[in-house]
Amino acid sequence: MEKFTTFEGIVAPLDMINVDTDMIVPKQFLKTIKRSGLGANVFDEMRFRPDGSEIEDFVLNQPDYRQSQILVAGDNFGCGSSREHAPWALLDFGFRCVIAPSFADIFFNNCFKNGILPIALPQTEVDKLMADAKQGNGTVLTINLEAQTITRPNGETIAFDVDPFKRNCLIEGLDDIGLTLKKSEKIDAFEAERNQLAWC
Amino acid sequence: MSHTTLYDKIWQAHLVDEQDDGNCLLYIDRHLIHEVTSPQAFEGLRMSGRQVRVPSKTLAVADHNIPTTNRAGGVEAIEDEQSRIQIETLEKNCADFGIDHIGMMDLRQGIVHVTGPEEGFTMPGLTIVCGDSHTSTHGAFGALAHGIGTSEVEHVLATQTLAQRKAKNFRVNVIGDAPDYITAKDIALAVIGEIGTAGGTGYVLEYAGPAIEALTMEGRMTLCNMSIEAGARAGLIAPDEKTFEYLKDRPRVPKGADWDAAVAYWKTLSSDPEAVFDREITIDAANLPPLVTWGTSPQDVISINGRVPDPAAIDNEARRKATERALAYMGLEADMPVQSIEIDRVFIGSCTNSRIEDLRAAAKVIEGKKVADRVNAMVVPGSGLVKKQAEAEGLDKVFLDAGFEWRDPGCSMCLAMNADKLSPQERCASTSNRNFEGRQGREGRTHLVSPAMAAAAAIHGHFVDIRDF
Repeated sequence: MEKFTTFEGIVAPLDMINVDTDMIVPKQFLKTIKRSGLGANVFDEMRFRPDGSEIEDFVLNQPDYRQSQILVAGDNFGCGSSREHAPWALLDFGFRCVIAPSFADIFFNNCFKNGILPIALPQTEVDKLMADAKQGNGTVLTINLEAQTITRPNGETIAFDVDPFKRNCLIEGLDDIGLTLKKSEKIDAFEAERNQLAWC
Repeated sequence: MSHTTLYDKIWQAHLVDEQDDGNCLLYIDRHLIHEVTSPQAFEGLRMSGRQVRVPSKTLAVADHNIPTTNRAGGVEAIEDEQSRIQIETLEKNCADFGIDHIGMMDLRQGIVHVTGPEEGFTMPGLTIVCGDSHTSTHGAFGALAHGIGTSEVEHVLATQTLAQRKAKNFRVNVIGDAPDYITAKDIALAVIGEIGTAGGTGYVLEYAGPAIEALTMEGRMTLCNMSIEAGARAGLIAPDEKTFEYLKDRPRVPKGADWDAAVAYWKTLSSDPEAVFDREITIDAANLPPLVTWGTSPQDVISINGRVPDPAAIDNEARRKATERALAYMGLEADMPVQSIEIDRVFIGSCTNSRIEDLRAAAKVIEGKKVADRVNAMVVPGSGLVKKQAEAEGLDKVFLDAGFEWRDPGCSMCLAMNADKLSPQERCASTSNRNFEGRQGREGRTHLVSPAMAAAAAIHGHFVDIRDF
């Protein structure tokens, strides 16, 4: 997993609530047995007509936003399915950070496993960043995970919260399974006891 | 005296490690896998040279992508190449890592959330995960069950644990005597309509009260299944005699003295009378009307006697815009009566409503009647065992005589990964769980209802009040 420290990226607005995982990556692209290559299909049904031509109005088809790395969206982003194809598709397109007032639980966890930082902020702060994003013209935000700040184009910084453990894993690019396996002795002991139970 | 909830008890019993920062390691008793969200997990294991820690605690069934017609040729005859590769990959991965796999030609094959309970793989007090958000279904047995992503599938395969933070407790009290026509589906839609699709985020829901105790195991599975549609990590119902009766003599449950010991333990699994919940709501099932969704979010719920909402009456700008978008997508006019909405397709199936009781309820409504000319209707049983049972009861004849298609088990048109999907602008009365844009096919329009309501709509070609039927 790529380490996540500080980066500056173009910000795109997706001013909708309840953006679900079927929107982020429709099911026809779930037939892959790979993690890579889904960026071409992210937001497919909003981005392309059935004949494959681009829908010009959609934000990621506009010249200002084709290189976006940060997405600002409405409440309850990522609701629906557990498909990790959703963060894979966002990452493969180039997104490293999604900012919204709230996220669905499974999607939120899936992001961290793939080097994407999901940031939940109060609506008033999201509104400011949404306004920045709507300016287009290559407007960038700076995300500093170590300092836990977002720097707006006008220089204002917005602080955000993140679970310290998850933050550390992102910064170090740590492998979750490797971390857990360091606790193998505890798992062994727990499992040996649990396997004795009639109902397990 | 203890004041803990059912969720607290199951959580505590599975805690392998707890860090000072609240991050915990939870032991996972049962892991279900399917063809869509597991290939990359096995790929990850291979790349890092890791093994599956306890192969016997994982069970595999292909369901998402599997065809529901023309299966006689077996997996190698599946026409869609990508689907075939995915299903073959699951078979190969299970063989390579020593995991029990129920193949497409096995009578027990079905939707993973139907097959798990049928096999007795699901039991009270266990932690159960699967790379599918509707894993919440298994909470009907008093198991802590939830969906996980593929990285977590790999983590469970490698370590038999999951890194988690504890969720909060939310009790949904459902009181009153539900009339016959009010099903678990209506209760589920009522809950989501009340708290919204993010109302359960950060919580585990425990459903309790007389209307929950009165539900069959099938009904409890329907209700817990849709907990994720309210954003909750999991849904739970305390196990009782109905639970034990359902499980007794299933293939993978304990037998003899072990069964008695298990039941004795299971009887301890309920929230203490003094337990404190972070949030509670109460719904009166006696006063619920049959419910239908009008929009593109499961919280867009209205009574069968209601009217489609008018965005002009909504103050909140984000909600108004979402409503306008949903109405345009669904091809509906503000304020039109629900019963005037004409449908083109009916889908009875999915991990929400494809069990024997669901098929019986639908068959009862259509017996001796014909599907409306404008409607194409299909039934996709949840498993081979459900299908066999239904055929033994003659339900297949009832459906076929009425003009329904009678298919082989799988997820089918709930998520439309296989050939079963809506065409653009087609409108479907569906017993599934999600009405998102494009869920049942690009530009397809989904209305979520109970099996009886879907069946009645099939006969009339539009939504009707099952109470008048």
